[in-house]
Amino acid sequence: MITYTKPPHPREHRLIFKNVDRVGWDPSIECYLRDGGYDQLKKALKMVPKDITEEVKKSGLRGRGGAGFPTGMKWTFIPPNNTKPVYLICNGDESEPGTFKDRYILHQDPHQLIEGMVIAAFAVGAKTAYIYIREEFPAAAQIVEKAIEEARAQNFVGANILGSGFDLEIYVHRGAGAYICGEETGLIESLEGKRPYPRIKPPYFPAALGLYMCPTIVNNVESLCHVKHIIEMGGDEYAKLGVARNTGTRIVCVSGDVKNPGYFEIQVGKVTMRELLYDLCGGPKDGREFKAVIPGGSSSKILRCDETFKLRNPDGSERELGFWDIPLDFDTLAACGSMAGSGGVIVMDNTRKMSWVLNNLNAFYAHESCGQCTPCREGSTWMRKISDRLVSGEATPEDVATLESVAYQIDGRTICAFGEASSWPVEAIIGKFREELLADTRPGLAEKPRNPEAEAQRRFLQPV
Amino acid sequence: MSASILEENTASHETPGTPFHPPFAITPALEAEADERISHYPGNLRSATLPLLHIVQHHFGYISAAAIDWVAAKLDLEPIKVLEVVTFYPGFRQSAPGKFHIRVCRTLSCAMGGSHELMERLCELTGIDRSASDSHHHPISVSPCGKYSVEFAECLASCGTAPVCMVNDDFHEAVVPDKAEELLGKYPG
Ligand SMILES: Cc1cc2nc3c(=O)[nH]c(=O)nc-3n(C[C@H](O)[C@H](O)[C@H](O)COP(=O)(O)O)c2cc1C
Ligand code: SF4
Ligand code: FES
Repeated sequence: MITYTKPPHPREHRLIFKNVDRVGWDPSIECYLRDGGYDQLKKALKMVPKDITEEVKKSGLRGRGGAGFPTGMKWTFIPPNNTKPVYLICNGDESEPGTFKDRYILHQDPHQLIEGMVIAAFAVGAKTAYIYIREEFPAAAQIVEKAIEEARAQNFVGANILGSGFDLEIYVHRGAGAYICGEETGLIESLEGKRPYPRIKPPYFPAALGLYMCPTIVNNVESLCHVKHIIEMGGDEYAKLGVARNTGTRIVCVSGDVKNPGYFEIQVGKVTMRELLYDLCGGPKDGREFKAVIPGGSSSKILRCDETFKLRNPDGSERELGFWDIPLDFDTLAACGSMAGSGGVIVMDNTRKMSWVLNNLNAFYAHESCGQCTPCREGSTWMRKISDRLVSGEATPEDVATLESVAYQIDGRTICAFGEASSWPVEAIIGKFREELLADTRPGLAEKPRNPEAEAQRRFLQPV
Repeated sequence: MSASILEENTASHETPGTPFHPPFAITPALEAEADERISHYPGNLRSATLPLLHIVQHHFGYISAAAIDWVAAKLDLEPIKVLEVVTFYPGFRQSAPGKFHIRVCRTLSCAMGGSHELMERLCELTGIDRSASDSHHHPISVSPCGKYSVEFAECLASCGTAPVCMVNDDFHEAVVPDKAEELLGKYPG
């Protein structure tokens, strides 16, 4: 029986977080080995690399970093006749607001990640791997580096791993506080020692051209940990967890206005919004009511708690689904116009003003735009300026329309998905809370010049 | 070290925090630490830019023009290639923070939990005036005594225990505004 300092909820299914908050657990290799650590690596090294990828494909694992792309499929995108070195990068940037899962793996269970990475590197033929850890995790960087040394001492990392003839070096690379380093091509530029400007697509995947223009697989921390469990259970068995096309477990992070915020590892699609927010998180704070939920990190579109969605069944017929009955999986959330993203669920209750929420997010995106593309750089700043006016009571009703139109002019016109990430919250909050935002505006202000230039112009120009 | 044009153009202004950090000087130990980091990127010197800047900032509190020159020389780069990295990343500083640098998370979940009020409390208690700071060019404000400095950070990936902050490399959870005094008490100077 595993006991925990913070017991998991009975509805949880712990694979990745099995050792998080576990009594008597520490991040050392001795502790990990006592628990069967690196057994799956031994098993994997006896397999043909292609077969590992095949198992990962069969498992149905979809990336846990944001886009939900099938992991096994991504691994096959390395050009078949490649002669260049292949790199594996673990994305531990964890900077999507609302997301706090990789933190616990890096701090408490680094060997699980290393084992997953060695297996993944063996499968894709990478001899060098980097773990990109955000700068704000200084302790994690030390813990992971120590763990790599311990693994090297036991020959789980390094030359001729366990006599298999497979060599792999793993290094930690620390970021420096920029959200855009989470975007995989921005991350690669950062690893090359440059400003993290995301690269122009195509190629759509760094698997073709990545680090140093060599084939590179980028996967999230949690995704790479799942690889170990796929080897342990076998792809088919793993695929029985969760629901069709949305397999396995995933860690959902809940923050904001709930009684018990925190992280929960659930089977994908087996828990509904109602169960998550009422059973696992204990419902709203006393005397308050749930109002809106951002389901997959701050970039995903907000959902109203009183919304109903029209979804299409596989046979073409339509059905209605209320917000509370949404199962937490990739496909249903996408069908509801949002996304499962990084698993960061941010909850707002009836005490929150949407103009304030919107302005907080706009400030984040305005600060974090890398500045390469005009629609994103200018648009995110304008959106922040307009929502600044909204919260200070200086906005006109037209401002809401302008804000919305700025958002729609970013979306789809940028180098990287940050463009969508910054405009979706605006589009969704305005679309769903327009009346509330309009109530914060002052129609009379429209007559007043809005900036010094306009004021000067008005003074000097003759009225028509 | 040759005096470079950087000296004139990027010379960091002094802050009350400056006396709390050693002047830039490369020791054999730092040189060895840098070489060890460089070895993590075989054949790709430039990749060591961020790691070397981390070494500098960790030891000297911020990144001076002389430090940029040193990193550039070490990696066989034009200094501008290093400067452009320093100015891009919010995690790199060009002037001295306080002895204790406090980063408060300002993003949504922490803001809902009271992180902006926490920032106000911290400024009141340490006598910091944030009126001259902005999010881009002057994100850091230092107390008159030089011991404390504050900065807003974006989501620190612990939204479930909001509001959160960091003091130098230490991480603190659930620091509601009322706990500001208790937090500072852990860093008496
Ligand atoms: C603006 C932006 C920020 C991102 N931030 C992260 C992040 O912090 N961590 C992460 O794992 N993926 C992040 N991603 C997704 C990565 O680009 C990439 O898809 C992911 O790391 C792939 O791993 P996966 O397939 O295992 O999910 C971000 C994407 C964008 C567009
Ligand atoms: S969309 Fe924004 S963040 Fe992405 S490359 Fe363009 S400017 Fe940079
Ligand atoms: S919002 Fe503060 S840690 Fe995420």
